[in-house]
Amino acid sequence: MLENYLPILVFIAIGLGFGAFLELAGYLAAPRKENFDKTLPFECGFDAFEDARNKFDVRFYLVAILFIIFDLEVAFLFPWAVVFQELSWFAIGAMGVFLGLLVVGFIYEWKKGALEWE
Amino acid sequence: MADSVNYSIISSEIFLLIALCVIMLVDLFQRDKERKLTFMLTQGSLLTLFIMGVQDLGVQETIGFSGHWIQDQFAVVLKLAIYLTAFISLLYARPFIRERNLMRGEYYLLTLFSILGMMIMVSANSLLVVYLGLELLSLSLYALVALQRDSNDASEAAVKYFVMGGLASGFLLYGISLVYGMTGSILIDEVANYIAVSGANLMIQFGLVFIVVGISFKFGAAPFHMWLPDIYHGSPSSITAYISSVPKIAAFGMAFRVLESSFGGADIHWTPMIMIVAMLSVIVGNIVALIQTNLKRMLSYSAIAHIGYFLLGLSIGTDEAYAASMFYIIVYALMTLAGFGIIIFMSSDKNDYQQISDLRGMGRYHPWYALMFTIIMISMAGIPPLIGFWPKLEIFRLLVINDHVLAAVVAIAFSVVGLVYYLKVVKEMYFTEATDSPNVSNSRSLKIAISVNCLLLVIFGLMPDRIYYYCLSAFTSLN
Amino acid sequence: MIGLSDYLLLSAVLFSISIAGIIINRKNVITLLMCIELMLLAVNTNFIAFSHFLQDSAGQIFVFFILTVAAAEAAIGLAIIVVLFRNRATIDVDKINQLKG
Repeated sequence: MLENYLPILVFIAIGLGFGAFLELAGYLAAPRKENFDKTLPFECGFDAFEDARNKFDVRFYLVAILFIIFDLEVAFLFPWAVVFQELSWFAIGAMGVFLGLLVVGFIYEWKKGALEWE
Repeated sequence: MADSVNYSIISSEIFLLIALCVIMLVDLFQRDKERKLTFMLTQGSLLTLFIMGVQDLGVQETIGFSGHWIQDQFAVVLKLAIYLTAFISLLYARPFIRERNLMRGEYYLLTLFSILGMMIMVSANSLLVVYLGLELLSLSLYALVALQRDSNDASEAAVKYFVMGGLASGFLLYGISLVYGMTGSILIDEVANYIAVSGANLMIQFGLVFIVVGISFKFGAAPFHMWLPDIYHGSPSSITAYISSVPKIAAFGMAFRVLESSFGGADIHWTPMIMIVAMLSVIVGNIVALIQTNLKRMLSYSAIAHIGYFLLGLSIGTDEAYAASMFYIIVYALMTLAGFGIIIFMSSDKNDYQQISDLRGMGRYHPWYALMFTIIMISMAGIPPLIGFWPKLEIFRLLVINDHVLAAVVAIAFSVVGLVYYLKVVKEMYFTEATDSPNVSNSRSLKIAISVNCLLLVIFGLMPDRIYYYCLSAFTSLN
Repeated sequence: MIGLSDYLLLSAVLFSISIAGIIINRKNVITLLMCIELMLLAVNTNFIAFSHFLQDSAGQIFVFFILTVAAAEAAIGLAIIVVLFRNRATIDVDKINQLKG
């Protein structure tokens, strides 16, 4: 029973080893020129050290909203791609229509200026 | 399964989708503040759809797309009613939204999207397609309600609508998932077959309860009606007119497809549940409407009562009764449009006049429109020569024939109660002294629209058998 | 072995939690949004479990559609909440009570 899990153990070991190797290689080989901005943790548009219960700019929400829609519509591509080889031209046409509709939506949001930050 | 693809049965949906994409792109590149071109294109597409639909009348029942889609007389008649009422509602909307910074292309686009959703709902032959149509409709409506971005009331109404709509979809889906688990199929025909062969076990009945609750939520029938007056009150009036009338027609289509087509076969008792919901709606709607001073809220409660009458018809469960229900819901949509048309008519400048007392002096200063409003009110109350009377009569008659005498008596008693608040509006117009003239619209198109809508109520009232004939034909062709 | 009934129980519990969340929650509209999402996920659990035990792929396809619709719903919900916040400067559930009569 337990030996079934051996591949997972091996996988974890290789993963850890490879990660550690890369870290170490980077530490040893990379040139280091530190300055203030580089040491800051990367957060878009926020000060690194402030109260966590801050209000977000509403524009982050808007970008997230646009992202989530296009992101999830693509979920339909995955099952389609898995059986792609067995599908007919009809399926290609159907996916073409689907993506075409997404493009219409994309043109709409672009032209409306939803992608502009300012 | 490309072989079961049959484009002819979804030609009107394809047409609408293409028209939508074109209108969307055209609208993007328009500078015109009045959105005349968008408006014309939208109405043009609706007219084209109507013509396509008329040619489909008397169509043979065709099932396609692996059983997920059905085209029959029932769907065609409902779609025609949807195009007609949507067309009228957009006529009403134009002068109203011009004054309120709502004259944006999105108004028309979202309306068209919701119409597409409704068409999908009434033609769906699987639970998945029903759900997708419903969500396309609901999501467009949430956005429509929230379209007036600077309005406090509208955004509050939108939040409430969204939460309640989400809750209703959740209930409906949970019920569908249980039914799928027990029957092993999401096709309505196969669910019906399974139930006809093996009967309904406890799990299916459990799922059915969730589905009935979900549908009642969507209709806004009591005891799931709490959200409805707030949303009708808070939304801009032209949008209220739209969401209170047109989607109900599609909701009827959905209720019929899901309840009757899937669960009608065996001895499953969804009819008593609907009957209880219907009685409660009739009682609650009529009583609470009595104490309203805001015309919009009064009409919302009267809408709940109307939904009750119509669900009574649905709960009888014979073909004739379904036809009567369908007749009722189409007539209801026309009347409600006219009813909220009054509010639009009164508040066509920047201010909203929604109180019943704002109608004072109508009879003296604008006798023609006072007459129109009176026609609307007594048609809603269900007084003979007008159209509102006939479907009510038909439903009461069928209730009595099918041994629901108690329900019929209660329904008739409460429609007498309903008379009180409808006549209160008439009294306010003619018999309450007014110091100055009430506010009415100057827009010529609005004057024509409301007059035509009222005359339709009268004309249809004189020959109700024409519409009823089509409703009956929808159900005789089903069998 | 985990049976079908275990999955159904889990989904029933999730569903109940989400409904309780919608009814009890008096604080924040975002929480309502999350409850609605949770509700749909409970339904998805149901569908996946049934689909697995029936060996029928229709349930999984249904889940795909529910997921995408849920994304669209979340997007519209967030947009509506943004509109509300701009008008009221609050998204407390208790304060959404202007409309009544």
